[in-house]
Amino acid sequence: MEKDNVMSSLTATILTEMHTENSASLKDQLRRAERMKKLRYGALILPLALFLLLTFVWPIAALLKRSVDNPEIVGAFPVTSSLLHNWNGKALPDEATFVAFADELGKTKGTPPLAAAAKRLNMEQPGFRSVMMHSARAMPPETGTSPKDALIAADSRWGEIATWQFLARNASPYTARYLLASVDRKYDEQGNIVAADEDEAIYVDVLVRTFEMSFVVTVCCLLLGFPLAYMMASQPPKIANVIMIFVLLPFWTSILVRVAAWIVLLQSQGLVNQALMAMGIIHEPLQLVFNRVGVYIAMVHILLPFMILPLYSVMKGISPTYVRAAQSLGCPPLRSFWKVYFPQALPGVGAGGLLVFILCMGYYITPALLGSPKEQMASYFVAFYTNQTINWGMAAALSAILFVATLVLYMVYSKLVGSPDVASKAR
Amino acid sequence: MQVRNLMERMAVTINPDTQHPDSHVTFRSVQKTYDGSTLIVKDLNLDIRRGEFLTLLGPSGSGKTTCLMMLAGFETPTSGEIRVNAQVVNSVPPHKRNIGMVFQNYALFPHMTVRENLRFPLAIRKLSAAEIDKKVEKALDMVQLGAFGSRYPQQLSGGQQQRIALARALVFDPELILMDEPLGALDKQLREHMQLEIKNIHQQLGVTVVFVTHDQSEALTMSDRIAVFNRGVIQQIDSPTALYEKPENNFVASFIGENNALEGVVESVEGDVCGVKLANGTRVKAAMRNPLSEGGKAMLSVRPECVQLNAQSLGCTNRLGGYVKDIIYLGDHIRVRVELAGRKEITVKAPAAQHKTRFDKGDAIHVGINPEHLLALDPSLGA
Repeated sequence: MEKDNVMSSLTATILTEMHTENSASLKDQLRRAERMKKLRYGALILPLALFLLLTFVWPIAALLKRSVDNPEIVGAFPVTSSLLHNWNGKALPDEATFVAFADELGKTKGTPPLAAAAKRLNMEQPGFRSVMMHSARAMPPETGTSPKDALIAADSRWGEIATWQFLARNASPYTARYLLASVDRKYDEQGNIVAADEDEAIYVDVLVRTFEMSFVVTVCCLLLGFPLAYMMASQPPKIANVIMIFVLLPFWTSILVRVAAWIVLLQSQGLVNQALMAMGIIHEPLQLVFNRVGVYIAMVHILLPFMILPLYSVMKGISPTYVRAAQSLGCPPLRSFWKVYFPQALPGVGAGGLLVFILCMGYYITPALLGSPKEQMASYFVAFYTNQTINWGMAAALSAILFVATLVLYMVYSKLVGSPDVASKAR
Repeated sequence: MQVRNLMERMAVTINPDTQHPDSHVTFRSVQKTYDGSTLIVKDLNLDIRRGEFLTLLGPSGSGKTTCLMMLAGFETPTSGEIRVNAQVVNSVPPHKRNIGMVFQNYALFPHMTVRENLRFPLAIRKLSAAEIDKKVEKALDMVQLGAFGSRYPQQLSGGQQQRIALARALVFDPELILMDEPLGALDKQLREHMQLEIKNIHQQLGVTVVFVTHDQSEALTMSDRIAVFNRGVIQQIDSPTALYEKPENNFVASFIGENNALEGVVESVEGDVCGVKLANGTRVKAAMRNPLSEGGKAMLSVRPECVQLNAQSLGCTNRLGGYVKDIIYLGDHIRVRVELAGRKEITVKAPAAQHKTRFDKGDAIHVGINPEHLLALDPSLGA
């Protein structure tokens, strides 16, 4: 008996020791095995990661950077810029600044950097291009004249503090000008942020319109898509699959073709108007295209599947017994639907709504072809600035605002739906 | 006993106009078809007594769940009428029937906490907040889950969800509770525990319970009465004891419990006892459960534990010879498969202690069956 006890305690000690030794090496082994696995998975997705980096992440980052980029002045007048950076702005800059500016103005005379800088300054103060150009022509100053006098002689504005403040403001490599402009704000002469002039203040309206149209389209999609998704979810799979084909049918044609088809259908002599008139519902053609109505019709049509699919996938997972249970507990059918079914379908409503809303915010071709100028959304102006005026700063700034709005929306959504508590509720 | 059985049998085929005085629910000539050609429920007449625990038992597709759904109001009878408390409820929508229901997968609302789930039926009935809280806590205590009120259903185990579903069906004090295979998703041990718990709650509250299951041991454990369904017809409605010991037809005999079936031809009829000649030529006496006539076919039914072996079979009226085909030792009892003459096999369940002197596979053996345990049934009934 005694011997047995000793033996067993011995075995126990040995076992514990072996156990601790083993567990350390086990952890190492596990880590090694896991590392290999991670590397292998990493290698598998490497091509995709590179592709996305080159075609997606980098271009977006580069474009977003352009919304705050301000390279022209710093590029043309690097020394002046750094001197102006330390200037207090109370009195005219010191002699050294004038010397450096005159020198750099002379050096860049007739070269593209000067043209770019002049154009950039002209954007903010119309007429400033000629100031720059004829000042540059007067450089370098004749011997015996100080650069300061020569500059002021070339244009009296170089003797005003405001001109130098204006130059100093633009002599930094980054500017919030474009971002401010895309929310109808600008710097005034003193460098304060003020509302933009009325004839330039269009972007807030455009952004509001973008949100408003996206919202209307999303609500229409939800109202039209929810009953269909509900019907599909409650049908046997055979019928649901047939309906699904019809839902996906629009995806089989190009968006451009569909927009063209809508123009044909909705124009004043189009099929829809003719049919309505033949039925005697209307007496003269309705204006259905090249206005808000046409854009809404086409966009809802195009985006409806994006609403129906997430709704359907969520609704398919909701057992009909829940509504039955609610009824057996005394809840009338409609209220049962609202109290028990709808809350469980909410993740689908959220996902579909978010998807449609975000897609809407970036819509360009449909409003461009089916709408009047009053229907153009933010993307139209991005395209306008990139294709027609080559103003990358404004294009990038408008894109950035859209991008941030989308991100905020997404974050709000994931805060509402993505939190573990709600996600578990949805299950 | 005999008289009571007769009464109950009469209740099944009762005159449609008369109603049992303490009937809670009555089905009269109820039929249900989904496709217009096959009847899922054929001419159902059923009286459910106030306060009883009635189980609808049957194989899948026998119409028992349809019957329950018609009572709950989710299906409407194609013809016939259903009365609850003597009121015809055929066209009353489910939410106005005030019937508690426990569903197969519990159907607890996943977006509500346990407490909100229980509050749901009370809030609809516009009870005062204080009353709601009181009833909810009482119901939670009844199922011993008072501490789980603020959890979500999916944070509970299957058995706990089951209990909450039960509490939710009871919290608004319905007089009638329907349960649609509520224990199907639980493992065996938990199921047996829940069977007793449901039975206890039934006894405490005195509500009428209609319970649907295809598990016969569950039905035997819990029920006051069991209605055995097959092909849309109630085969027999009786207490568990009566169903097991006195099955009314071949289907009930083979569906409930283990059963040995032997075919034969009726040779003589004397009162309740008839003489039957088996296919292998042996003559036996059997208790007649269905009216049989001389020369007609009979299906003999005997439970494995009512067959005696060797020494124990000496006093039995019917003695048959055979060979031991197989012996399975199960500790407390042994199961012996005996091949009778004519290649007919019967299974015998005997206490292991009685058979110390073992017999081996291939040994000749005598089996004895007393006539009261050998039931002669009409093979054409209940098929």
